[in-house]
Amino acid sequence: MATEAHAAEGATGYIVHHLTPLSVGEGFWSLHLDTLFFSAVLGALFVWFFKVAAEKATIGVPSTSQAFVEMIIEFVDQQVKDTFHGRSELIAPLALTIFIWVFLWNFMDLFPVDILPAVAGMMGMEYMRVVPSTDLNATFALSISVFCLIIFYSIKIKGVVGFAKELTCTPFGPWMMPFNLLLKLVEEIAKPISLALRLFGNLYAGELIFILIALLPWYIQPLLGFPWAVFHILIITLQAFIFMVLTVVYLSMAHEDH
Amino acid sequence: MSINATLIGQMITFTLLVWFTMKYIWPPLIGAIEERKAKIAEGLAAAEKGQHDMELAAKKAATVLREAKQQSADIINLAQKRANEIVEESKGTAKVEGVRMIDAAKAQIEQEMQQAQEAMRKEVSALALKAAGQILKQEIDKAKHKDLISKVSEQLGQA
Repeated sequence: MATEAHAAEGATGYIVHHLTPLSVGEGFWSLHLDTLFFSAVLGALFVWFFKVAAEKATIGVPSTSQAFVEMIIEFVDQQVKDTFHGRSELIAPLALTIFIWVFLWNFMDLFPVDILPAVAGMMGMEYMRVVPSTDLNATFALSISVFCLIIFYSIKIKGVVGFAKELTCTPFGPWMMPFNLLLKLVEEIAKPISLALRLFGNLYAGELIFILIALLPWYIQPLLGFPWAVFHILIITLQAFIFMVLTVVYLSMAHEDH
Repeated sequence: MSINATLIGQMITFTLLVWFTMKYIWPPLIGAIEERKAKIAEGLAAAEKGQHDMELAAKKAATVLREAKQQSADIINLAQKRANEIVEESKGTAKVEGVRMIDAAKAQIEQEMQQAQEAMRKEVSALALKAAGQILKQEIDKAKHKDLISKVSEQLGQA
């Protein structure tokens, strides 16, 4: 339940407190330390686990951790191969990074909502929001990076002229140039926005419901918390998967020459 | 909820992660997977080939066995035939030998019979002469009747 300081502000205070990031600085140049810290830690966890498996990788009988890692790798590789037909050194590792990193972000959602903020509180930090995917900065950082790659590959594969042609002359031919351009711009810009907002929205709402459940009397909490957590296992995996697949789809679209 | 510099920090982290994954994580793992796949395929192919070889060997063994059986049957037949031949041959030889022995015996018997007849004849003639001599001693002069005696003796010898 809420800490003493916020109990007085009631349920609204509790919810707002849980969804306020630990930030330093003012205006645009402020930093959400919790988001940066947890995503960096989770990223490090990801590369450490996979690096250990990669170093011990053997073509003989794999160890349990290697088998697990290989399962994920093959899964991602299959997804990429199904969608993306060109040859790229970048796309499969990119997809893997997105899948695992986003999954780990989302996984933070399954920790009881009060534990980590309580620990942080003891260490003197007033606010603590532990799920990086409930921070628009985190989801947009991913989607804007992907967007940059889309633009980069579009220009690399089709050339500046080819890309400009695609923006202006499809889908209705050169006579409808301004209209085409408008459509295409909306289409392109919708990609990063939808990617980021989909992930953010799902996880923000999920976290909010966990917080609401935490406001209920203790004897009801398990009744609602347990099914929601189980359901959330599906949600977090699905959202990570969707983010990965859409990234691969967008990049393969950027690779296709019309 | 505001967008701020966190975005830039997150993008840097993301770039580093992707770079690290691309450089150090993906290639060795996918390499190991592909290599193992190739190895398994190789093993399966080898197993299939082994099975095929075994089938061939079994077929060959059956053929060899059949041939050997055929050969042994042939040999037995030949041996039987040869044995029959030998038996027949020895039968023939024995018959001829028997006939020859019988002939020899017959010849011997004939010869012995002749000898006996000769001896008997000589004895009979001697006896007859003796008897005749006895009888004639009183009546016939040996010198007077010499021609007659020799004539009779000759006739006896011819008989």
